[in-house]
Amino acid sequence: MSRIPEAFADGPAFVPYLAAGDPDFESSLEYVESLARGGADLIELGLPFSEPIAEGPTIQGAVVRALEGGMTPERFFEFVEALDVDVPLVCMTYYNLIYQYGRRASRGDAERAGGGAASGAVGEPGPEPFVRRAAEVGVDGFVVPDLPAEEADPLREACDEYDRDLVFVVAPTTRGERLERIMERVSGYVYVQARLGVTGARADVSDQTAASLDRLSAWDVPKAVGFGISSGENAREVVTAGADGVIVGSALVDIVAEGVETGAPVEETAARLEAKARELKEGALAGEDVTGSERT
Amino acid sequence: MSSGTFGRYGGQYVPEALMPALEELEDAYERYVLDNEDGFVDEFRERLRDFGGRPTPLQPAEQLSARYDAEVYLKREDLLHGGAHKLNNALGQVLLAKYMGKERIVAETGAGQHGTATAMAAAHLGMPCEVYMGRRDTNRQRPNVFRMRLNGATVTPVDTGRGTLKEAISETMRDWATTVETTHYVIGSVVGPHPFPAMVRDFQSVISEEARGQVRERAGRLPSSVVACAGGGSNTMGAFSAFVPDEGVSLFAVEAGGASLRVDEERGVAPNSASLSTGSEGVLHGARTKLLQDADGQIVESHSVSSGLDYAGVGPELAHLVDEGRVAPVTVDDDAAVEGFHRLSQEEGIIPALETAHAIAWLEDATPEQLGDCVVVCVSGRGDKDLESVVEETAKRDVPNAPDMDVFRGDTR
Repeated sequence: MSRIPEAFADGPAFVPYLAAGDPDFESSLEYVESLARGGADLIELGLPFSEPIAEGPTIQGAVVRALEGGMTPERFFEFVEALDVDVPLVCMTYYNLIYQYGRRASRGDAERAGGGAASGAVGEPGPEPFVRRAAEVGVDGFVVPDLPAEEADPLREACDEYDRDLVFVVAPTTRGERLERIMERVSGYVYVQARLGVTGARADVSDQTAASLDRLSAWDVPKAVGFGISSGENAREVVTAGADGVIVGSALVDIVAEGVETGAPVEETAARLEAKARELKEGALAGEDVTGSERT
Repeated sequence: MSSGTFGRYGGQYVPEALMPALEELEDAYERYVLDNEDGFVDEFRERLRDFGGRPTPLQPAEQLSARYDAEVYLKREDLLHGGAHKLNNALGQVLLAKYMGKERIVAETGAGQHGTATAMAAAHLGMPCEVYMGRRDTNRQRPNVFRMRLNGATVTPVDTGRGTLKEAISETMRDWATTVETTHYVIGSVVGPHPFPAMVRDFQSVISEEARGQVRERAGRLPSSVVACAGGGSNTMGAFSAFVPDEGVSLFAVEAGGASLRVDEERGVAPNSASLSTGSEGVLHGARTKLLQDADGQIVESHSVSSGLDYAGVGPELAHLVDEGRVAPVTVDDDAAVEGFHRLSQEEGIIPALETAHAIAWLEDATPEQLGDCVVVCVSGRGDKDLESVVEETAKRDVPNAPDMDVFRGDTR
């Protein structure tokens, strides 16, 4: 069973993102665990893809470092197994890696069955092998930024088979029938994109956020807002606007990047991440206090 | 549910923020391009004629005909305004953006021909234009960078990755995701999410529509084969499209074999750009297609002496036609392409783009059975942009048919 509902059970959730393996396997384990200590309710772990078209420069940088550090889909699963955290985990990656994992598994099966990959007779395994392996190591759900609802049925079916969640992004431009298509397929939570563009920390919180949350008010799934949230104050604002959770990536990746650039010891960077996580979690809780008092 | 597929390829694999823009574009494509609403197609054809210089000639190539003992015809897209077939698509898309009420154009470019064509079309139609180009390509293709700027476009170098077309496409998608409400992204080839592959093919199919009529008029028959170079595949689909139903016509897509057809998994590099010949199925830049990738699905760096072919993917329709056996993919390596460049320059008085030089070079490898007795070769563009690269690349290797390259170093003897 997916543990994602637990993350949203007790007030607003703080959902941090880091690229797994940035800048290397061991330090990255420390960094992710420090987020849990700082109050993460759920962690989005990036499985790096070479062409991250939805990401801004900060996360692109993390992806490059992680790939150079040797991160692969198989290492990612080992990473999840090695992690010592007690919160739900969501794998954020691009569709080609999920799809190729299945093709590779099917080639392996064909070879074991005596078929051989050279015959070119690779079947259409779809995303099932990736989801199966992810479920084995304890991944609770997936966010795939380049997989819109129209193309997502094979992955949705695999997630259903293993009781995993499939999170979709709702953008400021998403309207009408597209919202319905997403609503039919989403589970776990919906990732509300706070503004147009790509990921990246910014100083303010867009008023597009409130409009997006309004459009989703009838949805029976938690709404977590991401893109551009960088401070406790931002986190407070989006929760006040009605979000059930705040997703923060670039502001945390920036701390990892600074650690790499300055050659800071891993413990120092981990401590900074923990402090930032605490600030963001407290911001989210402060937002709830406001909405709570308004409701009463 | 998936729309815009060619067999198992195609589709729409893009961030959610772009999906409404693709729906809007699909609607505009159907109304204006397919149904000629508001006379879009009439205006497009008129501008292609008056601004672009269409139709381009189908030239009988006398020396090549003698060399290969067949009637060889050259479809002269190098004579189109701007010097390459790219204007057909750029003009079509910029005009469509105008019909859609968009205010700004973004584009990516590899060799710079698509960027140049887009900058020209945007200036012609009065639209602001920004072109993303890999840093490495801006260095390889300085004349085109200058031409784009002369036409009023902003050229933005992209420093990520290896600084070639793949990175420029990713960067343009990021721009588009930020500005999608007012901006149209003029994709430069038959790649990307639906409806781009079909729409770009439709804009480029004027090449084969003309060629088919011209060869029938000249030779009184259909050709036995059509040969076109293939990077992303826009001139390939343009040159093939009208001939696809003619099953007696063989279609050869000539890919960049680069330095080797093997992928170096260790370094994550394919020393070629031959995704139809050596790639495997995957999802990149909005579509399911044939890609150069490692076993994990990470996209590997491609290579070609020609920056216009230097891309790890290819159009989904072309991938489908290859699977169906309708199009035969073949390869030509860097050395042969440089030879092909010099051969066409010397034998026919046409200095071709390095992309085109691949198609010319393959004529040397093809068997008489493959070519048949009547061949149409698409000259996708002219070579002015490549002169610096050719001087450099010729000096690096033993090219038997090259002129004395010392001349270019200032030693005029």
